[in-house]
Amino acid sequence: MTILGTLALWVALLLGVWGAFAGFWGGLAGRPDLARSARNAVFAMCGALVLAVVALEWALFHHDFNVEYVAAYTSRNLPIFYTWSALYAGQKGSLLFWATVLSLFGSLAQVVTSRHHRVYLPYVAGVVCAVTAFFVTVMVFAANPFARLPYTPLDGSGLNPQLQNPGMVFHPPMLYLGYISMTIPFAFAIAALASKQLDSGWLVAIRKWTLVSWLFLSVGLVLGMWWAYVELGWGGYWAWDPVENAALLPWLTMTAFLHSVMIQEKRGMLKKWNLALVIGSWLLSIMGTFITRSGVISSVHSFTESPVGYYFAFFLLFAASASFLLYARRLPLLTAEARLESMVSREASFLFNNLLLVGVAFAVLWGTLYPIISEAVQGVKVTVNAPWFNEVNIPLGLALLALTGIGPLIAWRRASIPNLERQFAVPLTAGAFTGLVLLLAGMRDLYPILAIGIGGFVLATVIQEFVRGTRARGRQYHEPPPLALAQLVARNRRRYGGYIVHTGIVVLFIAFTGMAFKRETEATLRPGESATIRSPYGWTYRFTHLGISQYDQLNRQVTAATLDIRRDGKRLGLLTTEKRQHVDGLGRPTFQPSTAVGIRSDPLEDVYVVLAGVVNGSEQAVFRFTINPLVWWVWYGGMIVALGGLIVMWPGGGSPAVKRTEAGYAVRLVGER
Amino acid sequence: MNAGAKFAVGAVLIVGSVGYLMASGIKETGQYFLTPSELSRKVAVDPTFYNVGMKVGAHVVRGTVTKDVARQTLQFQISDGSSSYPVTFHGLPPDTFNDSVEVVVEGRLHPDGVIYATNVLAKCGSRYEAVPKA
Repeated sequence: MTILGTLALWVALLLGVWGAFAGFWGGLAGRPDLARSARNAVFAMCGALVLAVVALEWALFHHDFNVEYVAAYTSRNLPIFYTWSALYAGQKGSLLFWATVLSLFGSLAQVVTSRHHRVYLPYVAGVVCAVTAFFVTVMVFAANPFARLPYTPLDGSGLNPQLQNPGMVFHPPMLYLGYISMTIPFAFAIAALASKQLDSGWLVAIRKWTLVSWLFLSVGLVLGMWWAYVELGWGGYWAWDPVENAALLPWLTMTAFLHSVMIQEKRGMLKKWNLALVIGSWLLSIMGTFITRSGVISSVHSFTESPVGYYFAFFLLFAASASFLLYARRLPLLTAEARLESMVSREASFLFNNLLLVGVAFAVLWGTLYPIISEAVQGVKVTVNAPWFNEVNIPLGLALLALTGIGPLIAWRRASIPNLERQFAVPLTAGAFTGLVLLLAGMRDLYPILAIGIGGFVLATVIQEFVRGTRARGRQYHEPPPLALAQLVARNRRRYGGYIVHTGIVVLFIAFTGMAFKRETEATLRPGESATIRSPYGWTYRFTHLGISQYDQLNRQVTAATLDIRRDGKRLGLLTTEKRQHVDGLGRPTFQPSTAVGIRSDPLEDVYVVLAGVVNGSEQAVFRFTINPLVWWVWYGGMIVALGGLIVMWPGGGSPAVKRTEAGYAVRLVGER
Repeated sequence: MNAGAKFAVGAVLIVGSVGYLMASGIKETGQYFLTPSELSRKVAVDPTFYNVGMKVGAHVVRGTVTKDVARQTLQFQISDGSSSYPVTFHGLPPDTFNDSVEVVVEGRLHPDGVIYATNVLAKCGSRYEAVPKA
């Protein structure tokens, strides 16, 4: 099967090179035969890559340890679930995964794009083929997943225990899907630039794709946080590690794009900015892949240094210069059709939102690259850590949160004083009231009060919008409130789905403030002894160590400590926290021990217990107890964001009137040319 | 003043505050990232270079790790081949810590020549890849 796999990679490479060439030539020279050939190249390339994936999975499932990749990431006693996901556990396999998914997305784009936007498709095929060809090149010349060893080991090294976690099975593909699907909007942007068809057509064609990509990235980020929280055992979910930042960067610029695109649709402004955001987001997503692959930036979890980094650096440079060169040549065609009329308008608030999002992205990028920058400039490596990222990003984040409430309520073009009063009287009162309640409750920390107060304001704006919309619809169609509400959302998915996303963001922000009140203590306990910790709500937790048990489970030896938890004397139950030593097929230890954190979660706070170690030959154990307030809401906030995103994306919908205005706008544009 | 000019003022304010936050933060929280030989050169040039927050990246010297689980104290030597320093760390080391890994030690060098670490990060070759068998 490895011969078949390698062969499939070569075929995919040749098809990719041909498709890239045929796509651009066919588009530029207006030759339908070449355009058709490029389209077929995408499909064929996709077929070849799927075949390669099947070949690799075949080798994984048949424990063909003569294949280096199989020997490096799996073993005979690895649970089936993780054997399957070993496809993207290692560098080489994840490159294959990337290329294959990209070709799938590329094929899908060829099939589902409506006939109005056919003119872009040859170029889109060209870009997809070129990018896929790059990934296949890396595999064929530097990281072939089908490479064989000169001997056959009896068993493989097994999968890193930290990856043997359900979160890790879903988190990387989600992030990858986000990164990868970003290529399609980028391809359309390049197609629009190359074909000079720069009216709003390309925007309509990519809106859904950008949303898909944004949604996958959002879900991937939250899943990554969840994995870090339950698996790594350091007590938090976000550490501003370069790898995390790399995933956050394109998310920030895409969020900016999803907002500014509305200004272009409604008012024909910001064309240059939007194109730059799409191109920039894609470059950031490639850079993210590069950072996680190359070891240029010292991260706790980067792949080992490998020649693959050079390929990526070269590709990044080439892609950046090629796209911005094309962009610069088309700048004269990208003039705005309207001007900003007032500072107090939705346009202005969206512009500030964009500036802030890009500002945050810039700061995060700067902080991530600072070791390299400072070494180049001052000759000494200086790093910035979580405190720096927090110091910079918390104020900016709060300003963004406030705009989340202001933007959607303020009128287009120019808001009048009565408009402002009507929209903001209730929400501002609600926000101020929330802040006051917190002050009276004894909270004295500036940022959390601001965050929750602004959160209250934003939630009030969202509720106000839902209530007003439901009432208006109920009056007009004589529907009872629940039906009116459902119809309201179903008919205006983009608007109300957006509000639900905003609600999720507010929930996330409030959840993040919880970490400001984190409490932690460490204790060494013999069975029967206990430790106490005060939670920020004023409760006292008492943990009593009940003893250690050791047993074998699946492919690991477990040392488990059981604790009895009481809150203010009231028994909450038992909590188990484990240290796991994974073993190979012969029962010998592999890898370092890993931690299974004991977590008891409720909406107010999490109890998070790590078993740090057991004193040899006794039941005396070292624990770290952490109280993390509001973490529960991070996961639920993430789900609300995803739900809102799904509502926005759901096909169909939109009232006929909205569709008519959109069509009218397009016609006006055509007339202008 | 027209809206464009007002917006420009707002934009300058935002960009300025982003820049200000970034610059002031780096002064307060930036940390040197050094190798042991860079550190010993720094100390040789500037004898007051003690008690400065920094990170030192190096590998753990095999066989130098002493671990006292009950008292949660960890002592080991780090080296980059030419210079080495003893490290004392009070707390829980990460799972991936052992005597053959690359570590990043966060802490301060005291005049007694010992790095008192506030945090130890173990860098296994990759979180995705198996630790190479020695």
